[in-house]
Amino acid sequence: MASDTLARTGSGTLSGLDALDLATQEKGASRLGRLWSATWPKIAALALALGIWQVVVWTGWKEPWALPGPVTVLSDLGSYLLTSALWDGLATTARRAAVGFVAALVVGLLTGLAVARVRVLRAALGSMITALQTMPSIAWFPLAILLFQLSEQAIFFVVVLGAAPSIANGVIHGVDYVPPILIRAGRNIGARGLNLYRYVIAPAALPAIVAGLKQGWAFAWRSLMAGELLVVIATKTSIGAQLTYARELSEAPRLIAIMIVILVIGLLVDSAFGAADKAIRRRWGVLDQAGS
Amino acid sequence: MTSTTTAPSSVTPAVTLDGVTKVYGRGENAVLALDGVSLDVAPGEFVCLVGASGCGKSTLLNLVAGLDRPSGGQVQVTGPEKSAGLMFQEPALFPWLTVAANVELPLRLRGVPRAERKERVADLLRTVHLAEFGGKRPHELSGGMRQRVALARTLALDTPVLLMDEPFGALDAMTRDILHDELERIWSERQLSVLFVTHNVREAARLADRIILLSSRPGRIIYSTRVDIPRPRRIDSAEIAAIAAEVTDRLRTEVGRHGQ
Repeated sequence: MASDTLARTGSGTLSGLDALDLATQEKGASRLGRLWSATWPKIAALALALGIWQVVVWTGWKEPWALPGPVTVLSDLGSYLLTSALWDGLATTARRAAVGFVAALVVGLLTGLAVARVRVLRAALGSMITALQTMPSIAWFPLAILLFQLSEQAIFFVVVLGAAPSIANGVIHGVDYVPPILIRAGRNIGARGLNLYRYVIAPAALPAIVAGLKQGWAFAWRSLMAGELLVVIATKTSIGAQLTYARELSEAPRLIAIMIVILVIGLLVDSAFGAADKAIRRRWGVLDQAGS
Repeated sequence: MTSTTTAPSSVTPAVTLDGVTKVYGRGENAVLALDGVSLDVAPGEFVCLVGASGCGKSTLLNLVAGLDRPSGGQVQVTGPEKSAGLMFQEPALFPWLTVAANVELPLRLRGVPRAERKERVADLLRTVHLAEFGGKRPHELSGGMRQRVALARTLALDTPVLLMDEPFGALDAMTRDILHDELERIWSERQLSVLFVTHNVREAARLADRIILLSSRPGRIIYSTRVDIPRPRRIDSAEIAAIAAEVTDRLRTEVGRHGQ
């Protein structure tokens, strides 16, 4: 058994090119199969969740106007998708998410770079950035509303405070863990000063930065939803505002339908970051990042 | 005691070290890594530095490459750029770039125009027998191939001096033999001056015009010998074995002296 494994690894290292051919063959043959094997557990889990939901409704644990069944909710979601209210709200929310996230990106990248680079700043801010990350973003809103009243600025303020620390931490982590040998190699081939950052440190730190962005997005989306629930601006409809209205009007099917929309958007953006992360790791060769 | 070896020729050396000292740390914790090392490498000469671990071989290469400054003495590299290409035991390739882009980067950093870069990269990849692998990523290649890419990337610097820090130490014997042949060919074709660090005495005898032995802690030159075996050489020949045995004896004496 042990010698068998040994022999296989031995031949694996010797025939790097053959292994390469094998990898491409496998890729083409079973693409559909792999897609299916990745999808069916998700479908099964979803069906199970809907089933449990339906059973809970059948037990009569709550009144149907408080907890409607999946059929009612999904049919309401269907008609909700055709309303202009949803798409107007979605437009506002998406714009806020984009603006807030980009602002957080700029703040996070600059802070992260400065902290990674300057020793004094690291001593001063390093632990504070982590502390900021642990602060629940909703706890910022009372202050944000005092500072900016019930306005979009208040929402942006909290979104940036929620997302920027994660992004900054990703940058710091990425820069810290660039293999020193790559920096020596970079300097030797003539990458100095800004060029060293552009051609060596930034790309080497990219996987950690993308991980930071992904986490930052999760925080931004949560902060934004909290903000839209609290800071309802009468003239502007948004997904969060519609969720609040649905509760005030006791429209339970609509309320849950909106929650599903929020969940799906969060998932879609998250999987986009996940795909970016995966693409980078595939490009680099997952196993031997540091060695090569 | 001064430890000096000079190249036999009277022309300007490619690399000059004059009484080079390197101290790491300060006060009581200070470690003397190199102690008054003086050494010349003649243009086109292949010099191998051999020593036990911790003898400051890598420190010495870092100083010549300009990645570190000596605490005392002078390091000089002649040539238009006054710099030297450095290769490590690890290939240290950039995993986010293709093989071709890795080799291209030194040219790009020097501002070589795009069309010329393409030509040079193709030429360099041919030189290391990887012409068809330009589009691959480093992780798709074997260890020996990665080291060839690293060699091509270092050659792209166009420095007449090549510094090598145990570049074949992590490879299997067969691959190493092949790369010895290739390195020898490239060295003589391009008339490079090579300073090659190794702890493999046979490898040193196979490649070097001159072998220099460093003592450990602090690093001092304790022995130097010319290898006058005609090229091409075979690593398993009797002459190589004789030279290797002699150097090993010296090395053993040195290590033993240290052990007491």
